[in-house]
Amino acid sequence: MDQFTLNLLFVGASFALYIGIAIWARAGSTSEFYAAGRGVHPVTNGMATAADWMSAASFISMAGLIAFTGYDNSTFLMGWTGGYVLLALLLAPYLRKFGKFTVSEFIGDRFYSKTARMVAVICLIVASTTYVIGQMTGVGVAFGRFLEISNTSGLLIGACVVFAYAVFGGMKGVTYTQVAQYVVLIMAYTIPAIFISLQLTGNPVPALGLFGDHVASGEPLLAKLDQIVRELGFNEYTTHHADTLNMVLFTLSLMIGTAGLPHVIMRFFTVPRVADARWSAGWALVFIALLYLTAPAVGAMARLNITELMWPNGTDAQAVSVEDIANDPKYDWMQTWQKTGLLDWEDKNGDGRIQYYNDANTAMQEKAAANGWTGNELTKFNRDILVLANPEIANLPGWVIGLVAAGGLAAALSTAAGLLLAISSAVSHDLIKGQLNPNISEKSELMAARVAMGVAIVVATYLGLNPPGFAAQTVALAFGLAAASIFPALMMGIFSTKINNHGAVAGMLAGLVVTLVYIFLHKGWFFIPDTNSFTDADPLLGTIKSTSFGAIGAMINFAVAYLVAGMTKETPQEIKDLVESVRVPKGAGAATDH
Amino acid sequence: MVPRGQEETCKKGGYALSDKEASNAYWKANVRLILWSLVIWALVSFGFGILLRPMLSGIAVGGTDLGFWFAQQGSILVFLALIFFYAWRMNKLDAEHGVGEE
Repeated sequence: MDQFTLNLLFVGASFALYIGIAIWARAGSTSEFYAAGRGVHPVTNGMATAADWMSAASFISMAGLIAFTGYDNSTFLMGWTGGYVLLALLLAPYLRKFGKFTVSEFIGDRFYSKTARMVAVICLIVASTTYVIGQMTGVGVAFGRFLEISNTSGLLIGACVVFAYAVFGGMKGVTYTQVAQYVVLIMAYTIPAIFISLQLTGNPVPALGLFGDHVASGEPLLAKLDQIVRELGFNEYTTHHADTLNMVLFTLSLMIGTAGLPHVIMRFFTVPRVADARWSAGWALVFIALLYLTAPAVGAMARLNITELMWPNGTDAQAVSVEDIANDPKYDWMQTWQKTGLLDWEDKNGDGRIQYYNDANTAMQEKAAANGWTGNELTKFNRDILVLANPEIANLPGWVIGLVAAGGLAAALSTAAGLLLAISSAVSHDLIKGQLNPNISEKSELMAARVAMGVAIVVATYLGLNPPGFAAQTVALAFGLAAASIFPALMMGIFSTKINNHGAVAGMLAGLVVTLVYIFLHKGWFFIPDTNSFTDADPLLGTIKSTSFGAIGAMINFAVAYLVAGMTKETPQEIKDLVESVRVPKGAGAATDH
Repeated sequence: MVPRGQEETCKKGGYALSDKEASNAYWKANVRLILWSLVIWALVSFGFGILLRPMLSGIAVGGTDLGFWFAQQGSILVFLALIFFYAWRMNKLDAEHGVGEE
């Protein structure tokens, strides 16, 4: 059986499984649609949260970004896990105690203001839509590869699948489907990593192999990797090169963004008790950590494998020949990925060999001149292909490659579905039912929810064709927006009785607008290419990139809220009592809806 | 106007006044626990992983140093421990202050 059929088989079987579960657990009532009837066990909920959370950014994109940058991109690892600490300590138990369905309902009630609820809805929609753009980028890469078509066609097909899939379910369908998706994606991520770790270090646990010894050279793996990339003029893998301030702010943005994203917070509304909300966050991180502890190993080992494939006899000997790339089965992956347009090479100096090195490095330029090289010849290597190409690069069996294709799609699909659900509930439940037409029937509300999903996916697909960055970078922007707008409002709502309606509205608006403008100035207005005035290489403010600005936006949000609340009328007594009741688990009971 | 938290205990004819005090003491203990946890949270990630990495550079771990390990794996393991510790401690605190769900 050839690889194409094998991929189709794996992807097809996994899809049949998800759709089967979605149909079996179809949502009947609105309560089931949004919160799965609140009957989900913390471990199950943790697993579903993990699938919901680990998107194309974590699965497809992150290890690639780490592989080509090394230590400096550890920010993704710390940022996307550290947020769970904030979630467990600062938000989850209290939001569960409050017991409503959506994040904006909490904000509307706590700040006794329909305006606050509206502003929260807008913040949620902006952050979630940006997030879906990143997912669509990943979906495009995955479908493009396994159907062996261009990235663009892959994206369009993927969009149809995501839509069909998300419209079916609602939270109940999604919860159980996501458990299945978690199992598929974690196997798809760890199995090839185990194989590769065994090949390179002899250790079956990739997370330990990363710090183990490289079998072929007998040196520590990371020391070997540092040496080989240094010889090609690249930055050493384990050394700190990036701007420290930017690293700190970026990590902080990802952390507080995690605790401000509606589709993750919504998960904690679905557990039976307050104590379960605390445990749920922990279980979610257990399942997330299984992937996150493996990811840095995947990145480092893939970088070593790729570099050694390009220089099969060492960096002092001759580079790989064009002939070998065309004929040797070890290089088949280069042929298949070239079709997606995301990988390319060119024999610039016509010597029949492909030299891969850093042509911006002055020492390498001298060496290149001496050897007759005219620039780096591995001209294009999209970071987002690394994880999907990894089993092929390491020459693993065909079924592993098929499994990885299924896993990548599971990651992108589960998150896209969760986000679409958050967007649709924001529109139908908060906007239409909460504001425009409170008497809307359940049936029309569900209909409105589905229409909102459709609109969101069209916008995200359109923007996904020209994404503002690699999947994980686009997703990081979404985190910045959530960090600057939602998280501060939720936290102040629970931890301070002083913040009133005006303070919260002013804070959220200030955080959202300033962050959005900063992002648009660097990434183009509404992410339309070439409309930007600055670039992240030379940002407006010091060294602060647009992806890191969420942390600053959050600080602005806090400051404005305190200032405005100090100048306006005090919070009424019944709201102070509400805050105090949210702080203790007693009397949580089943959640209500108005 | 009776605050929501007290409504129930009043009906049960119990200890309405000390109930308020109990929840204040509970909240104070909770905030203290959160603050300490966040100090550790920041120390292992922003501290050991980024800002204090030069200080840890003398401690070798598998071809690199301890700071690199904290940035890529150590911080995640500490985060996990923190969340489970907090959940366990809070459940005990709920019971001690009589503010649990049951």
